[in-house]
Amino acid sequence: MVKPIDRKAYWHATIRLTSTLLVIWFMVSFGAGILFRTFLDEFSLRGAPLGFWFAQNGSIYVFVGLIFYYCWAMNKIELKFGING
Amino acid sequence: MDQTIWSYVFVSLTFSVYIGIALWSRAGSTEDFYVAGHDVHPIVNGMATAADWMSAASFLSMAGLIAFLGYGGSVYLMGWTGGYVLLALLLAPFLREFGKFTVPDFIGDRYYSSFARIVAVLCALMISFTYIAGQMKGVGVAFSGFLGIPFEAGILIGMVIVFFYAVLGGMKGITYTQVAQYCVLIFAYTVPAIFISIIITNNPVPQLGFISNVKGTDIAMLDKLNTVVTDLGFLEYTSTNKSMFDVFCITAALMFGTAGLPHVIIRFFTVKSAKAARVSAGWALVFIALLYTTAPAVGAFARLNFIDTINEAVYIGDTENYEIRAAEIISLGDNPVPQWYKSWEKTGLLKFEDKNGDGIMQYRGPNAPDGLENEVNPNRDIFVLANPEIARLPGWVIGLVVAGGLAAALSTAAGLLMVISSAISHDLCRRTLFPKMNDVAELRVARFSAAGAVLCAGLLGLFASQLGFVAQVVAFAFGLAAASLFPVIFLGVFWKRMNKEGAVSSMLFGLVSTLSYIIYFKFLGGSQAGWWFGVSPEGIGFLFMWGALVLGIIVSLATPSPPQSVQDLVERIRVPGANQT
Repeated sequence: MVKPIDRKAYWHATIRLTSTLLVIWFMVSFGAGILFRTFLDEFSLRGAPLGFWFAQNGSIYVFVGLIFYYCWAMNKIELKFGING
Repeated sequence: MDQTIWSYVFVSLTFSVYIGIALWSRAGSTEDFYVAGHDVHPIVNGMATAADWMSAASFLSMAGLIAFLGYGGSVYLMGWTGGYVLLALLLAPFLREFGKFTVPDFIGDRYYSSFARIVAVLCALMISFTYIAGQMKGVGVAFSGFLGIPFEAGILIGMVIVFFYAVLGGMKGITYTQVAQYCVLIFAYTVPAIFISIIITNNPVPQLGFISNVKGTDIAMLDKLNTVVTDLGFLEYTSTNKSMFDVFCITAALMFGTAGLPHVIIRFFTVKSAKAARVSAGWALVFIALLYTTAPAVGAFARLNFIDTINEAVYIGDTENYEIRAAEIISLGDNPVPQWYKSWEKTGLLKFEDKNGDGIMQYRGPNAPDGLENEVNPNRDIFVLANPEIARLPGWVIGLVVAGGLAAALSTAAGLLMVISSAISHDLCRRTLFPKMNDVAELRVARFSAAGAVLCAGLLGLFASQLGFVAQVVAFAFGLAAASLFPVIFLGVFWKRMNKEGAVSSMLFGLVSTLSYIIYFKFLGGSQAGWWFGVSPEGIGFLFMWGALVLGIIVSLATPSPPQSVQDLVERIRVPGANQT
C-alpha cells in the first residue's frame, strides 16, 4: 500500500504529465490543423501545405507518439513511487 | 474468375473463420461474457478495439467524404483519432482500475445511485442503437451491391453471423473475431491504396505518395489536384468554406464523443490492468492510424484519378458493344468512358446526365470558369468501392474489399451489441431490479438480451434504410456521447466533490439538449440561419458538453458532498494496483 502522502504526490505528478501532453494534443490538432492552418499553409512539406498536412496526417502521428510517451512516463512515475500498476 | 464469384469466396471464407472462432471461444461465466475474463493481451485488445471502432462508415465512406470535402474532411480524421488521446490519458486506465463490467456500472457506483445508473443505461442505449442501425444497413448494402442478394436477406445473414459469436462467445468471442476482422479490413484497405499510390505518384507508401510529386513531373500531387479542381469550378482541395469555429466544434465533438462511446470504453475492461489499458490504447491508435493516415491519400488520389478518367470522356450508352465503341473512340483520338464506370453505373452510385447533348461527360463544380453545367454525379462511397477497378487490379481484390467492408460493419455491430446486452442484463436486471440474481441466471439473461438486441438491430437497419438518414444519425451518436457520458466519467475520476445530483443533472442536460438541437435542425426543418453561434448539429455536442460540465459542477457544489466511501473509491482508482497489495 502506498503511503497517503505519496498518493498525493503521485496524483500531482500524473496530473502534471497529463496536462502537458494535452497541451501538445491541442496544439497539433486544433492549433496546427485548424486555428493556425492558414498561417502554416504558407509553408510546405514536400508540396503539401503544412497546416493541411497536420490536419490530415501529421496530427495523427503525434497522437500515437503522445500515448506511447504517456505510457513510458507513467511507468517511470509509478516506479518512482513504488506503485505496481 | 468473375468478381462476384471472388466476392462469394472471400465472404464465405471470412464468415467461416468468424463462426469457427465463435465456437472455439464460448463464454463460460459472466466475466468471460462481459469482459473476456479481464485477460486479453494489450496488443490483441488494441487490434480488436481498432476493428470495433472502424465501422462501415470508416471503411467505405470516409475516403470518399474526404475526396469531396478536401480539407473539410479533416474533421473526421482528427476527430476520430484524437479521441484516443483523451481516452488513454483521462478515462481508460481509471475505468479499468475500477474493475467492473460496464460504463453504467461505473456511473452507478461512483454516483452511489440507481437513478444515475439508469440514466447512464438510457444514454448508452440511445447511443448504441443509433450507431448499430447504420452498421446493419451497411451489411445490407454490401450484400445487395456485390453479391446480388436482396437487401433484407443480406441483413438477415449479417444478423445470423453476429448472433453466433455475440450470443455464444460474448466479449470473448467478439474479441477474437474482431482481431480476424481487423486483419481482413486493413489488408482490403491498404492493397488497393498501395497500387493507386504507385500509379499516381510512383511511391508505394500512400502516406508518402500524399506528399510526393505526380509521377514523371515535378509538380506536387496536391498542387496538381488544387489546380485541377479549381479549373473545373470546385473549391480548392486544401481549403474549406466551413467557418473555422464550426470545424473546431465538429472536430471536438467527434473527439470527446469517441472518448465517451461505451462500446469503445468497454474494450479496455478486457485487459489485465490499468497499465495494460494505457498501452492498449496506444496500440489501438496505431492500428487505427494505419487506415486513417491512408484514407486522405486514397481520397486525394481518387479525386484526381476520377477527374482524369471521367471528365471530357466520350460516353458510351451501349453496354453490349462497349469494346467495339471504345476502340472506335480511341481511334478518333478521344477518350472513351472507362469500363469500370459502366460496371458501377448499374448500381446507381454513378449518374451521367447529358445536359448539353454533346455526348461528352462534363464534370464541373458550382463555379466553372467555362460556364458549363455539371453532368456527372458520383456517390461518395464509389471512391473506395471502385478503387481496385480504377487501379486495374484483378477481380479478387474487389472480393477482398467486399469482405473488408462486411468485416468493418460486423465487428462494430458486435461491439455495440455487447453494450446493449450488458446494459440490460447487468445494469438493469442484476444491479437494479433483481440484485439476488446469480451468475448462471445473469449469463442466461445476457444471452437472451444479446439475441433480442440482434433482432432489434436488424429491424432498425431495415427501418433506417427506408428513412435513409443513417449516416447522419451515426454522426450524432458522437455528439450524444460527448455531451452526456464524457463529462460525468471525466469528473467522476478527476473531481472527488462531484456528487449524484450533479451527475444526474449533467447527463440529462447533455442528452436532452443535444438530442433536441439535432432533431430540430435535422428533422423538424430548422434552417442553417438559426444555428447557435453558427455551429452545425454535428458540432453542437461540444458546446453542450461544456454546458453539462459546468452544470454538473454547479449542482454538485450546491448539494452535499458524496459519502466518504465514494471519495475512497475515487482515491483507489486514481492509483493503480493499490488495492491489490
